[in-house]
Amino acid sequence: MALLELRNVEAYYGPIAALKGVTLDVNEGAIVAVLGANGAGKTTLLKAISGALDPEAGTIRFAGAEIQKRAAWDVAAAGIAHVPEGREVFRHLSVADNLKMGGFLRRDAGGLAADLERIFGYFPALRARVREMAGNLSGGEQQMVAIGRALMARPRLILLDEPSLGLSPLLVQEIYRIIGRVKADSGVAMLLVEQNAKMALDVADSGYVLEGGRIVLAGSAERLRSNEDVKEFYLGIRDAGVRGVRRWKRRKQWR
Amino acid sequence: MDPLIVFLQAVVSGISIGCIYALVALGFVLIYKATEVVNFAQGELMMVGAFFAYTLVDLGGVPFVPGVLLALLATAAFGVILNHLLLRPLIGSPAFTIVLATVAVSTLLRAVVAMIPGWGVETHRLSNPLAGQVVPIGKLVVSAEHLMVIAVTVVLVGALYLFFSLARVGVALQATSQNQLAAGYSGIDIRRMFGLIWGISAAVAALAGVLLAPAAFVHVNMGYIGLKAFPAAVLGGFGSLPGAVVGGLIIGVVEELAGLYAPEGVKNVAAYVVLLAVLMVRPQGLFGISKRVRV
Ligand SMILES: Nc1ncnc2c1ncn2[C@@H]1O[C@H](COP(=O)(O)OP(=O)(O)OP(=O)(O)O)[C@@H](O)[C@H]1O
Ligand SMILES: [Mg+2]
Repeated sequence: MALLELRNVEAYYGPIAALKGVTLDVNEGAIVAVLGANGAGKTTLLKAISGALDPEAGTIRFAGAEIQKRAAWDVAAAGIAHVPEGREVFRHLSVADNLKMGGFLRRDAGGLAADLERIFGYFPALRARVREMAGNLSGGEQQMVAIGRALMARPRLILLDEPSLGLSPLLVQEIYRIIGRVKADSGVAMLLVEQNAKMALDVADSGYVLEGGRIVLAGSAERLRSNEDVKEFYLGIRDAGVRGVRRWKRRKQWR
Repeated sequence: MDPLIVFLQAVVSGISIGCIYALVALGFVLIYKATEVVNFAQGELMMVGAFFAYTLVDLGGVPFVPGVLLALLATAAFGVILNHLLLRPLIGSPAFTIVLATVAVSTLLRAVVAMIPGWGVETHRLSNPLAGQVVPIGKLVVSAEHLMVIAVTVVLVGALYLFFSLARVGVALQATSQNQLAAGYSGIDIRRMFGLIWGISAAVAALAGVLLAPAAFVHVNMGYIGLKAFPAAVLGGFGSLPGAVVGGLIIGVVEELAGLYAPEGVKNVAAYVVLLAVLMVRPQGLFGISKRVRV
């Protein structure tokens, strides 16, 4: 039995179907990537899991229990933390208070202090700005706050919605390096939504491709990386054709 | 009498009435910040709180301090219930609908209180241990009631400040008011937070009612003071707690001074004159964050 199991999940915005029957598994300790273009339904998928949105049909089981009807705070209490699209930090709270709110449901002061240290280990930039209002931080630092806030809950599953969005290539690498470290350190499972397919497939164990609210492709990260369609549409690579040849020539000239 | 003393006397009583505006304005702002609802029944929550205190202390014979504390608790519970019965079902409705619902509640509360035997439309006197006492400060003679109002307000505002900045639940209330989505994801039960903020806001209003009672008696229409507290909240930037306090104090003092130096009648509109003057210079209010769109 997988840690998270979605079966035929459908979600609507009024009359518009955003998820048209999504079935997906996340195993304990695994990183699962969901790739998809703008408007594919990635954010809707994560919102349906974390209870910000009630699915119209289908079931969502987490650790064996059905959670599709639960409110967001009950889903959080069950052990799912959500790093939302656009970071959504508490802008007028300090970095310290943002992190403290991540651990809102926990009472073990010792464990919280240890986790705070661990997060500062991952993101030394945050330690230096711990008294600063989160709204005054750069986009990259806010992403670190959002990830740190999720880690403070000591969850069994983290939902990550486009953590690379709007960050410089260097920062994207940094964030993904930390995601890899978190997995190695704590074995927490992650469901990672991305348009940046290369970064996501490098860190993930397996993945799904979402298009127009449907899963159109699923497999191990390795298989997806070598799939022709994924290469063409999500990794920007083409093996054959005029464009591919031109690109190859250009590369040769540059070197 | 020495004109300076007269002036200072007016300033002190202005600060004292300003504290009451500040407390009612704080209630407005607390609910608005957390739930984005402007609660036009805030003045009536104050009135209900004063009636609870009157009932417990003067009709029920409970000693003053415990009687008032019980009245604050009862009003808090009343606020929680009001939110539960009335506003929770309206979550997701247009803001205008919700605001109108609070206007309806204010009218309803006045009507119901007027019908309750022993409350009615008469004015009642809430007995007051400090009645008639004065405290001389140099040449100034200040009424003990005024000092009490100021002292209680200072303590309450300090306590609220500590609660919101240090207590786990206080910070969670702030988090909820800043980002409901992220608060929910963090495990904060937003509905419970809304109930809590209504409770706190109602208790603060009740305290304002008890503090106002010696000056204005307990009366079904005492909630109209909300009409002064509302400009105080806007003056402070609606959404800023320190702003609500400073706005209340400014309006209280300006009103008192207008009563002293300006022609008859100016006192009654002073609050709005100050408000308009400030908004012309700073449209976002004194403590507000500018959101003006460049055209
Ligand atoms: N609040 C909303 N009201 C109506 N339609 C919405 C709403 N939010 C999203 N949609 C629609 O639902 C579909 C899926 O949106 P969703 O935000 O889940 O996409 P996404 O894959 O996260 O896209 P992006 O990569 O741009 O973040 C889109 O067609 C979008 O227009
Ligand atoms: Mg999205």
